[in-house]
Amino acid sequence: MSVAESIRAMVAEKEELAGYSGAKFGMWLFLITELMLFAVLFTAYGVFRALHLEAFHEAHRELNLTLGTVNTLVLITSSFTMALAVGAAQRGRRSLTTLFLSATTLLGIAFLFIKAVEYGAKIHHGLYPGGPAFQALEAGEKLFFGLYFTMTGLHALHVYAGILVVLWLLVRNLLGHFSSEYFAPVEIGGLYWHLVDLIWIYLFPLLYLVG
Amino acid sequence: MAMHEHHGLASFYEEGGNSLRSWLLTLDHKRIGILYLVSILAMFFLAGILALLIRTELLTPGKTIMDAEAYNRIFTLHGALMIFTVIIPAIPATLGNFLLPIMLGAKDVAFPRLNLASWYFYMAGTVLMMLTLLGGAVDTGWTFYAPYSILTRNAVVVVLLGAFLLGMSSIFTGLNFIVTVHRLRAPGLTWGRLPLFIWALYATSIIQVLATPVVGITLLLVGLERILGIGIFNPAMGGDPVLFQHFFWFYSHPAVYIMILPAMGVMSEVITVHARRPIFGYWAIAASSLAIAAISFLVWGHHMFVSGMSELAGAIFSFLTFFVAIPTAIKVFSWTMTLYRGQIRLRTPMLYALNFILLFTIGGLTGLFLGALSTDVHLHDTYFVVAHFHYTMMGGVLTGFLAGLFHWWPKMTGRLYSERWGQIGAVLYFLGFNLTYIPQFIMGSQGMPRRYWDYLPEFQGLHVLSTIGSYVLAVGLFVSLGVILHSLWKGRKSPANPWGGLTLEWQTSSPPPLHNFHGPVKVEHGPYAYDRVQAKEEVEEVTA
Repeated sequence: MSVAESIRAMVAEKEELAGYSGAKFGMWLFLITELMLFAVLFTAYGVFRALHLEAFHEAHRELNLTLGTVNTLVLITSSFTMALAVGAAQRGRRSLTTLFLSATTLLGIAFLFIKAVEYGAKIHHGLYPGGPAFQALEAGEKLFFGLYFTMTGLHALHVYAGILVVLWLLVRNLLGHFSSEYFAPVEIGGLYWHLVDLIWIYLFPLLYLVG
Repeated sequence: MAMHEHHGLASFYEEGGNSLRSWLLTLDHKRIGILYLVSILAMFFLAGILALLIRTELLTPGKTIMDAEAYNRIFTLHGALMIFTVIIPAIPATLGNFLLPIMLGAKDVAFPRLNLASWYFYMAGTVLMMLTLLGGAVDTGWTFYAPYSILTRNAVVVVLLGAFLLGMSSIFTGLNFIVTVHRLRAPGLTWGRLPLFIWALYATSIIQVLATPVVGITLLLVGLERILGIGIFNPAMGGDPVLFQHFFWFYSHPAVYIMILPAMGVMSEVITVHARRPIFGYWAIAASSLAIAAISFLVWGHHMFVSGMSELAGAIFSFLTFFVAIPTAIKVFSWTMTLYRGQIRLRTPMLYALNFILLFTIGGLTGLFLGALSTDVHLHDTYFVVAHFHYTMMGGVLTGFLAGLFHWWPKMTGRLYSERWGQIGAVLYFLGFNLTYIPQFIMGSQGMPRRYWDYLPEFQGLHVLSTIGSYVLAVGLFVSLGVILHSLWKGRKSPANPWGGLTLEWQTSSPPPLHNFHGPVKVEHGPYAYDRVQAKEEVEEVTA
């Protein structure tokens, strides 16, 4: 037996241990760790907003509300297509699953693209930690942009990871790995995607709307 | 229950072979446990050597063997390595990994691949931390307090990244254990029949999953602060360094329970087996583990009484700190009551367990001095804190780890060790430990500050005693290491159940076969039904 084969045999033997509900349970626990991760940033935001109310309000006007809104719509739509993909996979509709997973991927990429445009504009204006316009800001405003880049940056990394997950699901779906009996990975990947969406649902009003 | 050796399944060592691949790519929880054991013992050895260097430097005021800068780096590395690479994973990743599935009557953990990944994350994090040695190591102390961690000119980011990876490895283990306990219990193994070690690991896992991400992101924020200057811990940009302390301790206080809860779990097993008594207060101990897990999230402020916290917040945190002592005391009380009128056998694991009760009780009670607002102002940042911390973390966690290691060593390796030398090691450990840290309590109460390279001449006598103690302690540990290594070459073969334990791991051969058991597992009684077993033995004697 080659190395690859013996590893595959070993993996196959161990894979059924957790089972469908065990795997889902594991994913929920993982999502809790993600929530705790972002909870720290939300706490920091809450504390500093209370301390620098005026400055945060001033600084938040610099964000592009239109692009933020569009991005929110894009991400919510992607959650919708992801939910449709899970539904299609559960019913064993392979080509429908492919369609919805592809749509989710494209919407995810669109989100990152719009985010990159926003970042680009900020960087162009020197509004980034260490940038020329940033240095001229007062203390609380600097902090707002520091938090803005940290929170949206970490979120964008999660979207990026989510896209990789969805692409992996797409490949496995095209290879015919999923059926109405076995669709756990699609469902679990979907859970992750929804969480990433959910975090944005909180980031958007905090950063763009109330400031 | 009957011995199963003659059923003839080969042990997991024989079955899997001994090639490098059979270890590095294994998905077997037992092998992963051994991989962790070897790595953690190696790190313990290294961080222990650093501790001896620290103590040697402190033999005289001023320079003894190193200058102040080297001293700062060495105590930082000692702390960071001991905390992140030794005592956090010590019990769950080694004994837990090896035993949790067996005690549940399962073939493996729920996510074997994640389990292996956790070891690789551990190794990556450890290697990153060690790499900083080449660049002259970090001098912030293991707590990485801002603003110093943001300003100092060493490789803080590398250490932070290492700690982040180690955190992920810890999360993976915790997540895996929670799902395993819920999903993979053998038929008949109800929650009320779970061994208390499992309850303790379960409570630990909850903290690992909930708290570790908080320190992960906090350390990343320090990294971002250093690289980009995002301002969150920098007052010049509107940030606040005290917020770092809040975030850091929000994890790092629960983390001490990540460390101690598994050791408490070990205690419940070792004491019942070597006293041959049903545990006193099964549900009280199980519930107190969960209570500790819950309350541990509400006490972090007691690290910050002198960081400018409001009096009201201080009083609340002080109250909650006293509150968390209650479930801990319930456990100590229950173990003591289990010993009462037991058939105590003073084998090596039992000696360590008795060590634990004494040392950890001292550690726990001195914690109350520090949790009380007025005394803390006096004792904060003195050797009293250092001694308290080591009584709980070394006297508690490490002693519990050693108790468990000796208790389950025959199960894990199939070899019996020299009981006599094991006992000698445990006694030396006890003497050395107290000689090291009692002088530190005294010095601390007299005002000797922690982390200082230099000190006033009147402290020298106590420092010398403490250093001599650390050497005795080291000799005790080397003896113990020699005992277990010797057993691998010269030890007699262990029977399946050398101590007469009743939990599932003792019902399979030593070492267990690849799938842990020789036949289907069914659980018919609780883990500590020694009264029932004894009654049965007596009946058999009479009828014979």
